[in-house]
Amino acid sequence: MVRIRALDRKMLRELWKLRGQLISIGLVVATAVMTLVTMRGTYEALEKGRSAYYRDYRLAHVWSSLERAPESLRATLARIPGVAAVETRVSAFATLDLPWLDAPGQGLFLSIPETGEADADAVHIREGRTVRAGRAAEVLVSENFFVANDLEVGDTIRAVLNGVRREMRIVGSAIAPDQSYAVPAGALYPDDERFGVFWMSRGVLGPNLDMEDAFNLLAVRLSPGASEVGVIREVDRVLDPYGGLGAYGRADNLSYKILNDELNQNRTMGTAFPMVFLGVAAFLLNLVLSRLIATQRTEIGALKAMGYTNREIGLHYLSYSVAAVGLGTLLGAAGGVWTGGAMVDLYDEYFKFPTLEYTLSWTLVLIGGGVSLIAAVAGGAGAVRRAASLPPAEAMRPEPPDRFTPGWIERAGIGEFLSTGGRLILRNLERRPVRALMSSLGVAFSVAILVIGMFMFDGIDRMMDLQFSVAQREDLTVSFNQELGEGVRYDLARFGGVTRVELFHTVPVRLRAGHRERELAITGLERDTRLRRIVSESGRIHPLPAGGIAMSAYLADRLGVRRGDTLTVEALTGLRRTERIPVTDIVEDLLGVSAYMDAEGLRRLTHEGPRASGAYLLTDGAREAQVNAELKAAPAIASVASPSSMLESFESQLEDSIFIAIFFIVGFASIISVAVIYNGTRIALSERGRELASLRVLGFTRQEVATLLFGEQGVITVLAIPFGWVIGYGLAYLVVTAMASETYRIPLVVSPGTYFWTALITVIAAIASSMLVRRRLSRMDLIAVLKTRE
Amino acid sequence: MTRESILEARGLSKVYDMGEVQVRALRSVDLDLYHAELVVLLGASGSGKSTLLNIIGGLDRPSDGTLRYKELDLSHADDDELTSYRREFVGFVFQLYNLIPSLTARENVSLVSEIATDPMQPEEALELVGLGDRLDHFPAQLSGGEQQRVAIARAVAKQPELLLCDEPTGALDAKTGKLVLRVLDQVNRETGTTTAIITHNVAIAGLGDRVIRMSSGEIAEVTVNEERVSLETVEW
Repeated sequence: MVRIRALDRKMLRELWKLRGQLISIGLVVATAVMTLVTMRGTYEALEKGRSAYYRDYRLAHVWSSLERAPESLRATLARIPGVAAVETRVSAFATLDLPWLDAPGQGLFLSIPETGEADADAVHIREGRTVRAGRAAEVLVSENFFVANDLEVGDTIRAVLNGVRREMRIVGSAIAPDQSYAVPAGALYPDDERFGVFWMSRGVLGPNLDMEDAFNLLAVRLSPGASEVGVIREVDRVLDPYGGLGAYGRADNLSYKILNDELNQNRTMGTAFPMVFLGVAAFLLNLVLSRLIATQRTEIGALKAMGYTNREIGLHYLSYSVAAVGLGTLLGAAGGVWTGGAMVDLYDEYFKFPTLEYTLSWTLVLIGGGVSLIAAVAGGAGAVRRAASLPPAEAMRPEPPDRFTPGWIERAGIGEFLSTGGRLILRNLERRPVRALMSSLGVAFSVAILVIGMFMFDGIDRMMDLQFSVAQREDLTVSFNQELGEGVRYDLARFGGVTRVELFHTVPVRLRAGHRERELAITGLERDTRLRRIVSESGRIHPLPAGGIAMSAYLADRLGVRRGDTLTVEALTGLRRTERIPVTDIVEDLLGVSAYMDAEGLRRLTHEGPRASGAYLLTDGAREAQVNAELKAAPAIASVASPSSMLESFESQLEDSIFIAIFFIVGFASIISVAVIYNGTRIALSERGRELASLRVLGFTRQEVATLLFGEQGVITVLAIPFGWVIGYGLAYLVVTAMASETYRIPLVVSPGTYFWTALITVIAAIASSMLVRRRLSRMDLIAVLKTRE
Repeated sequence: MTRESILEARGLSKVYDMGEVQVRALRSVDLDLYHAELVVLLGASGSGKSTLLNIIGGLDRPSDGTLRYKELDLSHADDDELTSYRREFVGFVFQLYNLIPSLTARENVSLVSEIATDPMQPEEALELVGLGDRLDHFPAQLSGGEQQRVAIARAVAKQPELLLCDEPTGALDAKTGKLVLRVLDQVNRETGTTTAIITHNVAIAGLGDRVIRMSSGEIAEVTVNEERVSLETVEW
């Protein structure tokens, strides 16, 4: 028979007795571990899925579009030092005729090799099969478009390719790493209903585009250690005679950049939130265990008197911390497997990697458990040390009554207006200000993490509102097949139902400031634009600068320029002129990165007459169908977008990515909040048990005693709420700063609704905890409590 | 009668710093304890007897003066040395028993016997205090007198050299109190353990070999009893 030492028996029995509290402490640990294992684990899974995707489907490192080059140039390109593989392709945008839509759609047609797989940017078939060589009418469709339009394998689709209307049969749906974020020409966001990617056999698409034995798109993979900059320079040199539009690396590839931004954001959330949660859990563990063990003061004294050493006693009480943290870590790991799996499943639908799997990372479990254990042991050890440092004779005596002297309550004369109960509550808080403060801080932290979970909805709301009702006020954005002259304004205005037309002109440019450069399109707006306005985070509308550039603060930051600096702007089309243009305004905007000029100023750069790439239209709502029908019939119009469908698409993108995380965060924050408050109340009960029992013996009713206990907790909770709002606001600032990306920057907005909800959840948690503890208070054995000290 | 002194205190003082005031609990006390004797410490509340006992037992340190247990200098002992002194040589009985509520009678005694060098079996110690039939009861299931006897069993199980009892009958009625005193008397006679009992009950004084009266932190009087009276004759 294994003999269990008496001290260990004591430990086992006491752990069992304190199970309610240990479980609720364990829940805090579990939540912190679960947050870490879920969020960081999800990030790691995404990262792994992305690496595998890029590796297995050979995402290129450098791309370049060009007008046309003979296929024979491929050998020259392959000889560039550092180039491991060259894939030449043909590509073209084409107008789609989608009978089920009232506006024209747009397709990006890309070639895939007739035999074998591409050396770069291969496709992954999601449904159906790939196209067969020589079959003229077969096409693979991007999965998003396929799903958004309810297409099926075997359906046909009509497109105007190179001026010829063609009908094609869909043989499958696919994804490709270079097209993971496919957007219509010149747009910021995908529009899956109206825009898709279509892969056709090179042998079919080439001749259709008059590109037999020629290519107009290049994708290059680099050998390990090769210099991207060097290869880009060489590619540009080789392609220059063939109308090369400038080679670029992954950092300038939209699909790569967006996915990278999203993963970075996911990493930020997957690191920042668990760190905050773990930090809060550590603080709480420290607080709770130190108070829990402080209630064992007399026992510690007795054990010391018997001759137990501080070490033996310390190790004994360590078991509280180990049990709570061990239990929490296991629960957190188990819960994390479940929530991590669920989160990855949700992300899988959004990111669509060929493989995405969640695996529990024991390293994360150990980090979470380890940090919690250190905090718990530190808290527990502090309390053991304090109790053990007292001479045992003193530790064994019940704590002497606190020396009450008239405090500020009496001095301020508030006491007279309060009942005895009210005075007792306030005096208790007053005599232990540090303890009250720490308890309040514990609750405040739980309020704070609710704030950082919830405020993001506010920020996103504000962002959407500014973008889609203040900045973009048009009903429709149309883009033209090619640049058109001023006259198009009158053509559009003649469409029935169009009430206002504003033209815009986008010019692809390279911006240079010192050694930093950036390619993007400058949007030229009409000077008196009313439909498209430049709006900053605060909602302020910036006037269109005359003769200079207004740009996103995010972009200015990347380029290292300030208002008043001068940029070198190189047009990438037409005469490719280079001009020095001043930065006249920097706008703290929220979506994407933009650069605006007034259309006339932009003309000085292009040295052309008035040109338009598209137009913003205001329509008479009642006649929208008519406008759409006329636009669809107009051959010059490549695509029509409406801010409302962009808003929808953007919202669904956010829903699929960031809202998933927020949902988990709010859930986790709520658990912590309840656990913290429950613990606080439980410990208050064991600290005050004797006093409350004495009051009961004196004739106080259960209700009166409960009021005293919960009144004190209530004051602590109520004080904690505004405190938590302030901490939450500070943490929210850190979160938005860390999460800012080129795609969007969530503004730091915390709405009254969020303040209200965080307070409400906290108050509900407090009431629920009180009810749980109230049961215990009612069952309190008066005699036993007075006779023995636990 | 010349007996061997096992504990020697000289000029012991203890001052408690209570913030605004200083309380002098002991004022230069000289005391010897002899092998196998039973000493009764008498005095009113606040006379310093508990402070003296705590210091003798290594539960507290003197502010001034010297204290030796055999070869051991306790006045300059650090926490570890005091712990090992208590562990090896001293058994305590407290007025409020200080049993561990989550352990049975037997386990409360085991708590001590497991860390002692030459202990009695817990069952044997409990038998000695007449609780052989209450081994597996928890403190909450025992009466006050029984709890105090468990505390005595716990103290004597390690076969201490020194048994220190602070108001062992303070929380008990007369009948139960006598029962507890009988156990202490018996342990002292049978095992030869040097025993010091604190009480404010003058009637008990006759039980001791010596009676030390304390007042205002000083030893006011030491009386040597020619003969220890029988417990049956004690009335209170």
